[in-house]
Amino acid sequence: MRELSVKRIEDTVYALFMSACCEIGEDVLFLLQKNLQTEESPFGREVLRQLIENDRLAAEKKMPICQDTGMAVIFMDLGQDVHLTCGDVNEAIETGVRRAYRDGCFRASVLSPLTRFNTKDNTPAIVHMRIVPGEQVTLTAAPKGFGSENMSRLWMLTPSQGIEGVKNAIVETVRLAGGNPCPPVVVGVGIGGTAERAMQMAKHSLTRECGTPSDDPMLAEMERELLERINNLGIGPQGLGGRTTALAVHIEQMPTHIAGLPVAVNMQCHAARHKTAVI
Amino acid sequence: MSKTIHAPLRREELEGLRAGDSVLLSGVIYTGRDAAHKRLCALINEGKELPFDLRNQAIYYAGPCPAKPGDPIGSCGPTTSYRMDAYAPTLCNLGLIGMIGKGQRSEAVVEAIRRNGGVYFAATGGAGALIATSVKSAEVIAFEDLGTEAIRRLEVENLPLIVAIDAHGGNLYEEGPARYRR
Repeated sequence: MRELSVKRIEDTVYALFMSACCEIGEDVLFLLQKNLQTEESPFGREVLRQLIENDRLAAEKKMPICQDTGMAVIFMDLGQDVHLTCGDVNEAIETGVRRAYRDGCFRASVLSPLTRFNTKDNTPAIVHMRIVPGEQVTLTAAPKGFGSENMSRLWMLTPSQGIEGVKNAIVETVRLAGGNPCPPVVVGVGIGGTAERAMQMAKHSLTRECGTPSDDPMLAEMERELLERINNLGIGPQGLGGRTTALAVHIEQMPTHIAGLPVAVNMQCHAARHKTAVI
Repeated sequence: MSKTIHAPLRREELEGLRAGDSVLLSGVIYTGRDAAHKRLCALINEGKELPFDLRNQAIYYAGPCPAKPGDPIGSCGPTTSYRMDAYAPTLCNLGLIGMIGKGQRSEAVVEAIRRNGGVYFAATGGAGALIATSVKSAEVIAFEDLGTEAIRRLEVENLPLIVAIDAHGGNLYEEGPARYRR
């Protein structure tokens, strides 16, 4: 049994959001650079150039990459041999988020859905917590903007629609989104489970290093095929036309019910922000 | 390469713009997004005075980050425009001739742009830090309680934009993807 103060969790959440909102990962930068070499559209190239310059400037000036610093999504894998001490871990996470959004001059984008009154400190966070073996805590901060979140879709397909139906639903989601989710996008997909688990897998897939294929060869092949089909839509950077509509497709799957075939597509803009730390 | 445009806008100048033109915009523009549009249209419905005269102005669909000490503004890229489609024709009918945002617009907005001789400009979504370097000053002029969604008067210099929808039927969100679809 390892004792761990929740203050460590709070400080780690704080540091992860401070970094994630301002410093794009090498994975995304690499894909932007790579697609700049192959993009055929002059507008597409100009947009990609601006995005690379923006990402460089944001890191240098410690400014948010995008003014939409998102809802604070957190994946936390808590080792079952960890004993959390010194307070409420849920409150510690919220405090970490609150401090980061204040100190980083990040936007307070969170409000009551019906009254639209802003909470003014970007809380509550969206926390996905799992108990796992071991005595470590793994935290991933993934600030999620809503230009892309709004373009996400849940398809409750029937088994008869099969793999082709799944692929078509994914491509159709990207087509319908057009330029709205700030392409080039990363397409997160969850197949199977229940309605809510499918979407959670789609969200989790976005925390994978961008462009790394799935460990499952069948999913890896689907990801490759779907990326090609999506880039043939012609939507291009910012929807102005071009070959770079998506940087990557990430798929996760799990068993589902005999009557069902849930497909969740969680759209992610080019500011695919995710930072992980292990305590 | 890029055409230089000054705001407040002149209708005669906008007439020459076509979807696909690159533009550098300087002058005064106003931020406004979801909540501010709702309030502007409520004021119009009640026959009340608006916080600024819409005639010949451009509204930038944006909700910036707080400014760091010494900076005029924080990151300040465009938000997705379709959410303002329900309100935009009403504002266009009162003289608004420029809209700056990202993403496709509704038929009703396209028609309002055509009817009023306006232009819809695309700014680069997700380039908030870069765009902030074009903003020279920012001042909240209305709805301060809305926080980031308040209306701000921005002075901008060489803000890089692309004409996305013009008053002559040109629409880059349709023409662009059609060119590269396979």
